[in-house]
Amino acid sequence: MADTIQLLSFSLANEQYAVNILNVQEIRSLEPVTRIPNAPVHEKGVLNLRGVIVPIIDLREKFSLPRLTYNALTVVVVLQCQLQDTHRVMGMIVDSVSDVVDVDSALIQKTPGFGDKVNTDYIKGLASSDEHMLMLLDVEKLMNLNPIEEQTGFNENRAHGTGGQS
Amino acid sequence: MAIDLAQFHQVFFEESFEGLDVMESGLLAIDCNEPVDLEDINTIFRAAHSIKGGSGTFGFHRVSEFTHGLETLLDQMRSGQRQPDQRVVDCLLGSVDCLRTMLEAMQQGDNANDADVARYQAAIDAILDQQNAPVSSAEEPAAHLPPAEAVNSAVESPSSGWRIAFSPRAQLLQRGNDPVRIFRELDELGELEVAPDFIGLPEFGEFDPEICYLSWRLELAGTVDRSALEDVFAWVEDDCDFAIQPLGAAQSCTDVSPQVSPEPSAESEAVAPATDAPPAKDTSDVDVAKVKTVKAKADKPKSAATIRVDTQKIDHLINMVGELVITQSMLGMLGENFTLDKLDALQNGLAQLERHTRELQESVMSVRMMPISFVFGRFPRLVHDLSAQLGKKIELKLIGEQTEVDKTVVELIADPLVHLVRNSLDHGIETSVERVNAGKSETGQLILEAYQRSGQIIIEVKDDGRGLNADKLRAKAIEKNLIDPQQQLTQQQIYELIFAPGFSTAEALTDISGRGVGMDVVRRNIQSLGGSIHIDSEQGQGTRIAIHLPLTLAILDGQSVAVGHETYIIPLNAIIESINVDDSKLNRVAGVGETFKLREEYLPIVRLQRVFAISGAKASKLSEGLVVVVEGPEGRCGLFVDDLLGQQQVVIKSLDANYRPVEGISGATILGDGSVALILDIPGLLRLSVREQYG
Amino acid sequence: MARILTVDDSSSMRQMVSFALSSAGHQVVEAVDGVDGLNKAKSQTFDCVITDVNMPNKDGISLIKDLRALPNYKFIPLLMLTTESGADKKQAGKAAGATGWIVKPFNPDQLLKTVQKVLG
Repeated sequence: MADTIQLLSFSLANEQYAVNILNVQEIRSLEPVTRIPNAPVHEKGVLNLRGVIVPIIDLREKFSLPRLTYNALTVVVVLQCQLQDTHRVMGMIVDSVSDVVDVDSALIQKTPGFGDKVNTDYIKGLASSDEHMLMLLDVEKLMNLNPIEEQTGFNENRAHGTGGQS
Repeated sequence: MAIDLAQFHQVFFEESFEGLDVMESGLLAIDCNEPVDLEDINTIFRAAHSIKGGSGTFGFHRVSEFTHGLETLLDQMRSGQRQPDQRVVDCLLGSVDCLRTMLEAMQQGDNANDADVARYQAAIDAILDQQNAPVSSAEEPAAHLPPAEAVNSAVESPSSGWRIAFSPRAQLLQRGNDPVRIFRELDELGELEVAPDFIGLPEFGEFDPEICYLSWRLELAGTVDRSALEDVFAWVEDDCDFAIQPLGAAQSCTDVSPQVSPEPSAESEAVAPATDAPPAKDTSDVDVAKVKTVKAKADKPKSAATIRVDTQKIDHLINMVGELVITQSMLGMLGENFTLDKLDALQNGLAQLERHTRELQESVMSVRMMPISFVFGRFPRLVHDLSAQLGKKIELKLIGEQTEVDKTVVELIADPLVHLVRNSLDHGIETSVERVNAGKSETGQLILEAYQRSGQIIIEVKDDGRGLNADKLRAKAIEKNLIDPQQQLTQQQIYELIFAPGFSTAEALTDISGRGVGMDVVRRNIQSLGGSIHIDSEQGQGTRIAIHLPLTLAILDGQSVAVGHETYIIPLNAIIESINVDDSKLNRVAGVGETFKLREEYLPIVRLQRVFAISGAKASKLSEGLVVVVEGPEGRCGLFVDDLLGQQQVVIKSLDANYRPVEGISGATILGDGSVALILDIPGLLRLSVREQYG
Repeated sequence: MARILTVDDSSSMRQMVSFALSSAGHQVVEAVDGVDGLNKAKSQTFDCVITDVNMPNKDGISLIKDLRALPNYKFIPLLMLTTESGADKKQAGKAAGATGWIVKPFNPDQLLKTVQKVLG
């Protein structure tokens, strides 16, 4: 009677996370990224994925965890979702990808407060698989790239007029 | 056999919308102060008539009813019975809008807005009643009666049959009617007996085969309504003598008149009850014509899913593809057993491939191009309505309507243009009184012009109104904390303040332009198309707003430049020159920042390394790098880079799709090596640069 | 079975008439206005002509008048499509030589019946 959903689990700083497999377009190794100027530090830039420009974020940095050096084993999970009627894609850099697990959706618990180790805004719930607790990410929230002000408090609209020399 | 009429609906809708356009432009062209060309009115009438006919035939009865009033009014006008006046024309224009909305709703399968329809219906009825148009049959609204029947509505009870004396006159045959056909029809109604009368028959030799010499006495047995009988004779009643009498005993006492020809006087009886005074709305007809709010007609996006293309363009495309196929197979053959001595042939083949691909690309682009008249077309009506609403005299001129732009531009530029035009009419152009006092002509002029120039489409909205008041703008900006009171701004920079979010100098936010759709949204819309917007004005003389749009939205000729480890693309058609500048030429200008002197001008310098926080830049002194002089819509500036790299044609990819807009960047592209390069946006860079220096 | 000319400036009406009549086995030719109709009538033969009244370039009544002047069309059934409110149009049509009329709006079955009637 249970609704089984499939999750892709991955690790980040010794913690186990997961995303709904339907939100995963593909898994790739990290390729050179073109930096976007004046972007928040966790947004590393964009790369070319078969002709589509895809932003790449570093999930550790997004969650204010210490950064790792990238190497040939660094993995990018390319997420996909429907935001406002359009199909959107985004890649997130993780430590490593673990497994695809089946989980009974009824058994997904709401998140208790974790303190500030992890940004709980992006956690949809907790799922258990074997001995692990998986923190289920809210992909829509993660992929909603808000205007910069809202994320970092950097105010673009300075009181200096909007016109440059013309 | 029932035919499904739904298959014709789409065609009906399309031709009706076209008909409504014809009506609208015809109505707009009526100048009530001049004698009206009845043939022009006839054209408008015909369009209404077609819509009415079609809607009735295809089952859209609401539309048919509504159009009937319009048609009647137009019929009176085209026959000279009624003089067109402004009130009537405005009411008709409003009704055209109402009809359009109704048809759109029905096309979607929705219901029409009954309130609107009723309002216009009442207005039209009121106008129709006001003038004593002769009680012609044009005014029979609800009497859906075939004429022959209108009279003897003394309903006869069906008797057991009828006796008919039928005597055709010469015209009957000459009009293609045939007594035999009539007999056949009668025979379907009951049992018919036919007895010919040969009295009129001449000698054989004198026969004229085109004349009917016979007459008949007919007996039709059966329960047949008199009206059914009369229907059979409906077409020929004028061309023959006939008399109907009930057969046998069951006859009513009502006097049956042997002449069954329609009597006009009886007709007007039938009509009278129908023209009962509709609820007399005293001033409603005048109000309705004015009350029709100037709707945002621009709102409905026409279905963007299809496009009409000149077949010549398609043929050209097919040719291009053919050439491409040939080149490809030639290269294929070369590649099969390639040896180095074939290198020249390979290079030729590749060059050919590049040529054909580019030609194909240009051809495909042109398929998507449409004349900007598609956008300009809505403005005569808009200006007409708005100037009436504002009580101003305004003349609209459209120039360059045939200028071709990409389909996406047509779809997205309409809203910003409407906003600019509204602004111009509302705030720019003065009332006639003000204008005369200022020594100008009574009628204000609004010009919409489109043209192509150096790889761009330019669209201008120009008026000869009161122009922008820089002091007022500045004061408002200070009041809204958009600028620092101490800050020095050039006149141009003050004009640019209009684009700041939340800015409006109107004393009262009028209904027309103050709907919270600010100039900042206009600019953003234009930027999303890869374009820019520029204001020019002279107080007292007028304002000119120029929108610059890329000619093709998807392809760009670019110059790659290096700054540190990063590569950026500058649109080639923006580049004037690339020079080496000595640091001694550097200056600082208040409010602008660093500038350098180029011939007689001082141009601002944009240090990409700083503005984009790029690490590892090679050059810090001007002399160590290169200054690329570029031209944006607001003027020129110099971009300071480390090096020039190659030039190539790039495909523009949107950053918005999966990311967000970035100031100073207009888009991205994929280079030959598969990496992503960002394309620079000059106006955005300038803004960033000023902010960075004063930040 | 019969060759019929339908003249109407409304594309949807023409299509509908064409469809209705050709489904019954008739051969239908379309014309977009009176001028087009007259030209086609002159260069081809028809057993019946159905024409709208209000059209640009040459209206239905003028067309009927001109057709009647042609020897081939002296006795051919010429039908007018007219709205119910146009009694004066019917008179004018008859004066021009129209055989009869079909009142708009009509449904395809009515049209077919009427046409079958006149074709005999």
